[in-house]
Amino acid sequence: MKLRKLSDLQPGMKAIIDSFTDEELSIRLLEMGCLPGEEVEIAHIAPLGDPIAIHLYGHKLSLRKKEAESILVK
Amino acid sequence: MKEQINIALIGNPNTGKSSLFNALTGMNQKVGNFPGVTVDKLIGFYPIDENRTARVIDLPGTYSLYPRSEDEQIALQVLGSPGNPDYPAVVVVVVDATNLKRNLLLFSQVLDLGVPCVLAINMMDQACEQHLEINIEGLAKKIGIPVLGISARNLEGITALKEAIRYQIEVQLVAESGTDIKQYAPELIDDIKLHFEIDNDYIAFELAHHYHELAHLSDDKKELLRTLGEKHNFNHNKAQAQETIARFNHINELLFDNVRRPKDPERESISNRIDKWLTHRVGGLMLFFLILFVIFQSIFTWSAYPMDLIEQAFLHLENALLGIIPPGIFQDLIVGGILPGMSGVLVFIPQIAILFLFIAVLEDTGYMARVTFMMDRIMKKFGLNGKSVVPLMSGIACAVPAIMSARTIENWKDRLITIMVTPLMSCSARLPVYTLLISIIVPSKNVLGFLNIQGLVLMGMYLLGFIAAIVSAFVMKLIIKTKERSYFIMELPTYRMPRWNNVGITIFNKVKTFITEAGKIILAVSIILWFLSSYGPADTMKNITNKYEVLTFQEPTKKAELTRMMSSEKLEASYAGHLGKFIEPVIRPLGYDWKIGIALITSFAAREVFVGTIATIYSVENEGGHLETVRDKLKTAKNPDTGQPTFTLAVSVSLMIFYAFAMQCMSTLAVVYRETKSWKWPAIQFAYMTGLAYISAFVVFQLLK
Repeated sequence: MKLRKLSDLQPGMKAIIDSFTDEELSIRLLEMGCLPGEEVEIAHIAPLGDPIAIHLYGHKLSLRKKEAESILVK
Repeated sequence: MKEQINIALIGNPNTGKSSLFNALTGMNQKVGNFPGVTVDKLIGFYPIDENRTARVIDLPGTYSLYPRSEDEQIALQVLGSPGNPDYPAVVVVVVDATNLKRNLLLFSQVLDLGVPCVLAINMMDQACEQHLEINIEGLAKKIGIPVLGISARNLEGITALKEAIRYQIEVQLVAESGTDIKQYAPELIDDIKLHFEIDNDYIAFELAHHYHELAHLSDDKKELLRTLGEKHNFNHNKAQAQETIARFNHINELLFDNVRRPKDPERESISNRIDKWLTHRVGGLMLFFLILFVIFQSIFTWSAYPMDLIEQAFLHLENALLGIIPPGIFQDLIVGGILPGMSGVLVFIPQIAILFLFIAVLEDTGYMARVTFMMDRIMKKFGLNGKSVVPLMSGIACAVPAIMSARTIENWKDRLITIMVTPLMSCSARLPVYTLLISIIVPSKNVLGFLNIQGLVLMGMYLLGFIAAIVSAFVMKLIIKTKERSYFIMELPTYRMPRWNNVGITIFNKVKTFITEAGKIILAVSIILWFLSSYGPADTMKNITNKYEVLTFQEPTKKAELTRMMSSEKLEASYAGHLGKFIEPVIRPLGYDWKIGIALITSFAAREVFVGTIATIYSVENEGGHLETVRDKLKTAKNPDTGQPTFTLAVSVSLMIFYAFAMQCMSTLAVVYRETKSWKWPAIQFAYMTGLAYISAFVVFQLLK
């Protein structure tokens, strides 16, 4: 299956986290429960188009689009 | 004196850690400082038994022991060094029952530090609502330390928790997380353990990671750790990522056997529906501005009455003391210096309390995270943070509580820039100055039938302040360097009802901190300013008093007018008067004479003092109480040398610009000192704002002259 950037997904779309492209950032994401194999859903986008809110199992995170670009999903 | 036993409280943000802290210690709290950082140290007490008191340290909320901000370093500093005076006998790790997996990461790290722990699974009531089944006993058995289910908001399980803490104080059970840390850097860990005489693998591993940001390490030790890391080719990021994933694998196993959860948690979806509205493209922004408007209005209107009450009470007290204390220096000091100084401190309490009432509620409900979420995009461009909106708007009422509210911004650079530019917002103390000057130069006429020109000019002044703040922030963003990389990975907590006792304790602590820390500086400067403006070279002052005593004797009917003239002449002869004349060459290019110079100096206590001082200097009747009388007097005031009016258009506009930008407020400087814990930032702030004010006023005056 083709990998996509999390930032390319539309609200309501779900995907499984595959890997990260930014090592330093990936650690922060891991700590916040953004783990490979977890399901994410784009919850909504801020009124000005950035940042975005995502659902992970049990909680909700917000991150900037640029940060979402470093998350590859399938 | 009872023996004190350190207990540390640690947990992720939004786990109800503060609720638990409040539930354990009640109002028995104090705010202190951690050495070297700007983070407040919250300590509370409760009795363990007749002989021992628990000293509970509330460590700043953190997601892991890999700190990314100053706040988060505290946890590692305290828990990672057994020699630390705050090193706990027992650590209580607070986790959110509805989000155990992510929360247990920190717990698993703390366990490996080798401290005796108690795991407090908080928000059991909400887990129950979501039909989450958590096998507490199973977890306790598997982990090997006491595990408790509690609900801090409802005060459920607090007694049992205290019992478990007591048990751990005696028994000192330690456990391991089951993650093999050593595999990630075996030789390095052994080397560090040898050199630093540590017997814990994880503390050694944490040293290898964080030596450069740990304040308690000497430079030699840091250098040693750096070379050791190089020697063993230590890859910081990779090791941390591996460790984190290994820990999560272990947590998954642990939870698999002991937690059962339904497919779609119900409350979460309610929270989602609320979010759809509150962060809506149009509705969300409108609601946010409505909330800001309400906060701003409330600070203005609700605080007016109590502020007035405080001032009146002090006036009564001053009058009463005039009759009790015999006249002389002592009476002057109390009635003219100390009491007005105290009044000047206490008068801020209503505004601080009201602002923090709103902020605590917004934080507690989870709305503040959405504010950041919505405003991040715009504010980021100017070097600010989504959360900077609240301090900036509150700055229109008063910069003092506004700067204190910047505490909610986690990123140090964003927070610093917010603190630095907030005083440029036109606060309510500038209002009397603006009103007076505008009434001199702008006629009270309407344009387009309903818009008052004076009102428009006033609005322009507020807009000017806002633009100056935004532009300065942008400039500072380019200048201030930081090691912290700016992330915006933030949790959006589930909405919940505010906990009123937490709100109350927040307000109480903020007010207390302001009075004890900023208050003493404000009081001290008030007394200095009082001294400068009421004393001068003894002979001159005495001559003036004698002269007017004779005059009053000759013409007793004119007593009131003569007293005013005496005050005016005395102010001129005072040290403040001398200072005013001394700085005249400097302020001359802005169009000001020494009389305005005196007002500039005295209004450093508070900007609105400008009006009172000007009234005294021009010996206005009625003690400057009425703006109209001051205005009429100033309109007719003439420069004795040239015979031209003093307050021309150019001078008045120049003054307004000066007051809009200048850092004429020692209360703000005192608060900035308190919030940044160093005189460096208030000094820079004072310099840049005064510079900006001076240059702008100069340009305006020269253009309009």
